[in-house]
Amino acid sequence: MSHVRLTRAIEFSTSLRYWNPDLDEAGNRTRFGRRARQHGHNYRLEVTLTGEPDPVTGMVIDLKDLQEILDREVMSRFDHRDLNRDTPYFEKVPPTPENLARVILRILRDALPAGLLHGIRLYEDADTFVELRESEERGGA
Amino acid sequence: MITLARRYRFPAAHVLSHPSLSPEGNERVYGKCANPAGHGHDYGLEIAVTGEVDPVSGQVFDRDALDALVRERVLDRFGHRLLNDDPAFADRVPTAENIALVVEAELAGEIARHPGARLARVRIEETRKNAFETGDAR
Repeated sequence: MSHVRLTRAIEFSTSLRYWNPDLDEAGNRTRFGRRARQHGHNYRLEVTLTGEPDPVTGMVIDLKDLQEILDREVMSRFDHRDLNRDTPYFEKVPPTPENLARVILRILRDALPAGLLHGIRLYEDADTFVELRESEERGGA
Repeated sequence: MITLARRYRFPAAHVLSHPSLSPEGNERVYGKCANPAGHGHDYGLEIAVTGEVDPVSGQVFDRDALDALVRERVLDRFGHRLLNDDPAFADRVPTAENIALVVEAELAGEIARHPGARLARVRIEETRKNAFETGDAR
């Protein structure tokens, strides 16, 4: 049997501002410009898993189960929330897509069956995305 | 390591023909793309930069700096132009493959000047049906 990669996408919307609490107001505005103002985005998250299809079902994972995990772990935490105020992840770092992707990768690593997570692509908007591979992130960051 | 990508667009014209080939030879190789009057595309461009996330800014690369660099080196230079007129295509045919390689050569050095960052990938979408990539596989 060979490995197969599969990708499932979800979309969620949040409000946020790029803000590093270690910097003062002027420092944040200088560093982040207009992104330091309150704004929002429609994020698209593509989650890629890799594994051998089950010999009976022919599936790497049941997409219903994957969707349930994504709803519980990602949608309920972030959709229609304010990243800075409604989530605990950005008290020390700004909610850039880089940092949000690292948070989501950690959450999914713990929630998914071991060894399946390959990586994620997180679009902050239609023209901006970040990519993170589990193999490069483990042990790093 | 994280990869950050930004997407851009630029409209440009080109003619696919090689000076060493006869008109018939060019038409044989490039088909309708060899039309000497030229044709054009709204090129989609995706620039991906890989690096470590800066602990203060939370970013791999400053978006506005990347946008300014791409605008200066690519969008303003090639947008609303006939690509064959550009010196970069004086001795090579402006296929999407070569456009991707020219853009890569144009940006790689500038991006590498930022500590810890490197140009990971250039993707050119010539139409919604054709895409060309240099650099790292996704």
